[in-house]
Amino acid sequence: MSFIASLRTPRGLITALLLVILAVLPLLTQAFDQRYLLSIGTRIVIWAIAAVSLNMILGYGGLVSFGHAVFFGIGGYAVGILSHHGVASGWIQWPVAIIAATLWAALVGALSLRTRGLYFIMITLAFAQLVFYVGGGLEAYGADDGLNISRSRFPGVIDLRDKASFYWLCFALLCGTLWFCSRFANSRFGLVIRGAKSNDLRMTALGFPVFRYRLAAFTLSGAFGGLAGILLANEGAYISPAMMSWVKSGDLIVIVVLGGMGTLFGPLYGTIAFFVLEESLKPILDLFHKGWGEYWQIVFGPMLVLIALYAKGGIDSLFGSPKEWRRHG
Amino acid sequence: MDYLLLQMLNGVQLGLLMFLLAAGLTLTFGIMDLVNLAHGSLYMMGAYIAWTLIGWTDSFVLGALLALPATFLLGIVVEAVVMRRLYVRDHLEQVLATFGLILFFNELVRVIWGPAGKSIAVPAFLNRTVEILPGVPYPAYRFAIIVVGAVVAVLLAWLVARTRIGMLIRAGASNRRMIGALGINIELLFSLVFGLGAVFAGLAGLMAAPLTSVKIGMGDDILILAFVIIVIGGIGSIKGAFVAAMVVGQIDIVGRAFLPDLLKTFLSASAASSAAPAISQVLIYVVMAGVLVWRPTGLFGQRT
Amino acid sequence: MAEPLLSATGLIKRFGGLVATDNVSIDVRPGEIHALIGPNGAGKTTLVSQLTGNLRPDTGTIHFAGRDITHLPMHARVRLGLARSFQITSVLREFTALDNVALAVQAHAGHSFRFLADTRRDESLRAPARRGLEAVGLPARANTPASALSHGEQRQLEIAMALAGDPKLLLLDEPMAGMGVEESQRMIGFLQGLKDRRGMLLIEHDMDAVFQLADRITVLVYGRAIASGTPAEIRANAEVRQAYLGEGDA
Repeated sequence: MSFIASLRTPRGLITALLLVILAVLPLLTQAFDQRYLLSIGTRIVIWAIAAVSLNMILGYGGLVSFGHAVFFGIGGYAVGILSHHGVASGWIQWPVAIIAATLWAALVGALSLRTRGLYFIMITLAFAQLVFYVGGGLEAYGADDGLNISRSRFPGVIDLRDKASFYWLCFALLCGTLWFCSRFANSRFGLVIRGAKSNDLRMTALGFPVFRYRLAAFTLSGAFGGLAGILLANEGAYISPAMMSWVKSGDLIVIVVLGGMGTLFGPLYGTIAFFVLEESLKPILDLFHKGWGEYWQIVFGPMLVLIALYAKGGIDSLFGSPKEWRRHG
Repeated sequence: MDYLLLQMLNGVQLGLLMFLLAAGLTLTFGIMDLVNLAHGSLYMMGAYIAWTLIGWTDSFVLGALLALPATFLLGIVVEAVVMRRLYVRDHLEQVLATFGLILFFNELVRVIWGPAGKSIAVPAFLNRTVEILPGVPYPAYRFAIIVVGAVVAVLLAWLVARTRIGMLIRAGASNRRMIGALGINIELLFSLVFGLGAVFAGLAGLMAAPLTSVKIGMGDDILILAFVIIVIGGIGSIKGAFVAAMVVGQIDIVGRAFLPDLLKTFLSASAASSAAPAISQVLIYVVMAGVLVWRPTGLFGQRT
Repeated sequence: MAEPLLSATGLIKRFGGLVATDNVSIDVRPGEIHALIGPNGAGKTTLVSQLTGNLRPDTGTIHFAGRDITHLPMHARVRLGLARSFQITSVLREFTALDNVALAVQAHAGHSFRFLADTRRDESLRAPARRGLEAVGLPARANTPASALSHGEQRQLEIAMALAGDPKLLLLDEPMAGMGVEESQRMIGFLQGLKDRRGMLLIEHDMDAVFQLADRITVLVYGRAIASGTPAEIRANAEVRQAYLGEGDA
């Protein structure tokens, strides 16, 4: 189905609208003088990159990795530590950060993908905790309190201190990530990963060394997660172990499931819904009773229970069966 | 030498606390095939409920004893309202729903008890030391934890190995369908097991309270350690949970106690004291990784 | 006589105290159908699992096409040309029938570390996959999700997947299980047509099918191979009649 034709479906239309709004968001927030919204928008876009990367293994691969926020931390700390030691150039920081995230993903994947089910969930969580504690133990980099850093420098190319420029960079990277994911999902590699989610013994019996492909997917997913970490550190000009707390990993899983696992735009829908819920539950609760807004998670928690129980398919499934994105032949 | 002994006892004490938490988790994993992230919330609720009851009764022992049936009830309610619907779901849905429960309980505590932490004082009759060896004093409260923890561990071992419920628990852990075939009321069994796990978690929480503090999210970090323990021990195995809890307790305490001095030989004092806990945590995860490379289903887990 | 394609020697596999495979030796020659029969619990599936690499034997060796494959993982054995079908229908339910076969073709078309090109437009996979579906009589169902196929069709799809890499040897674990008489007859005809080109190890409960198809039969009882020979020899073997065929065949 061509791009133009896909606009006639509700899913295509809504997605296109969403992308257009995101593309011009800095203009909108400037026009309405809502700077705060641009900062939320930036975080949404960064988190969406992380969610898309988690979706590669969780949604398409069926691997419940419960430590994905660790890549926020690794990407962020690589940038922060280099910047702290005077290496300000993004041309050095960013590749180093992505390589660090990739290597860590390869190591964790090699160890954890030997296991199944609950063991896999818990091991990915435990390795993320390991890095979290290491971050909290680094006295030189602020230990638990974290560290203020200066933003990566790309002299003559882009100034990340400019909020709008930074937002557009993040948005462009999100589009790149989504583009890669759309290719990945229907590639030979993607089909092996998705086939292994459906039935990994069958895939092995067909002659696929499933472990290797899963490891590659896990590593790839970590690399994109590291990219999100780089952006997150630059967004707040700050790093701390809290970036990679296990609650953040849980949030990412929530986002992917909420949006629709194994769908291209699901993670984006999920991220937007998550942030909108967070930002709107507070004022809504405050409407009922002043001060209740602070306790928004008491509503959000049970909502997650309900989502887990009844919202199979996530937001994406509201737009009908996704078959218009598939090609037969 | 004495210092080493004391630290090892502290390790045993921590290990027993974590065993209490891990026992409930490994049972619900093994029997109901349930990933319950909210188990740490029961640990936290146990401590908060005990704080309130101790305040009312003005007695640590009485308050603690009353807190146990209260956490049991809480466990039964949580099981009936949420968990029961999750048994047949896949692990991802369980993770998601129980993650939601954590948020709920953390916020509930903030609403009821407020954001500030609470402290429970060590009861007066235990606020002294006992001489465990001639000339080697040890805090009586910590010693009491060891005694209570050991008694509960023995009781649990007896329950699982010798009683009818234990037989069902073992049968359930190895073959879930079999219990149904035995004509047992599964729902009741699951409720009881979950309630039992809640009591153990609550007991661990309230016993730990005087040593740490009662605060929001107190169950979350220790919960992850409990998961590490059952993964090392093998999911579903009480024996595995015990062995792993002891190992993890030793690594944690001994690491905290001895690493700072060791690190000070090449780091500044403040860097050493903030790095040491991190390193002992890291060691625990390294041990876990090692065990899993060697045995992907844990020390005592069922081989597939 | 031709060199055996697959030969397993002295396989022993214990589970705790139970000896599931008790010193079994079995071979399959090119172009022959060797049937493995035995009552339930005789250890047929355990034996097949060792041949495919799903389980490691405690002792014994397995050779395939002149190579020692005892320690090769499952996917590497498949690459050498040892394909299998499963006793419990095992297709990728979320994918279409054509996708299923195309994936099987892909498994033999070099590595799959290709991230960008759309496989569903890749004629080097789609064309052989369509031919595979035609060969088993499913061309009309190419774009149907595997989960929507009938049981018999799923069994056919499974054979098409096993054949995709043009294997030298097929391990067929109860290919006729759950099929009606007519479907079974069609499957028997189909398997007979395959025989010249490849060896087959057939595990099957349907004795009519076994005696129609097999060149040789091995009888497994309590993990031991109690007899091996031509269908006529097996029919005449007193021990087999007593232990397995029993009065049903007498």
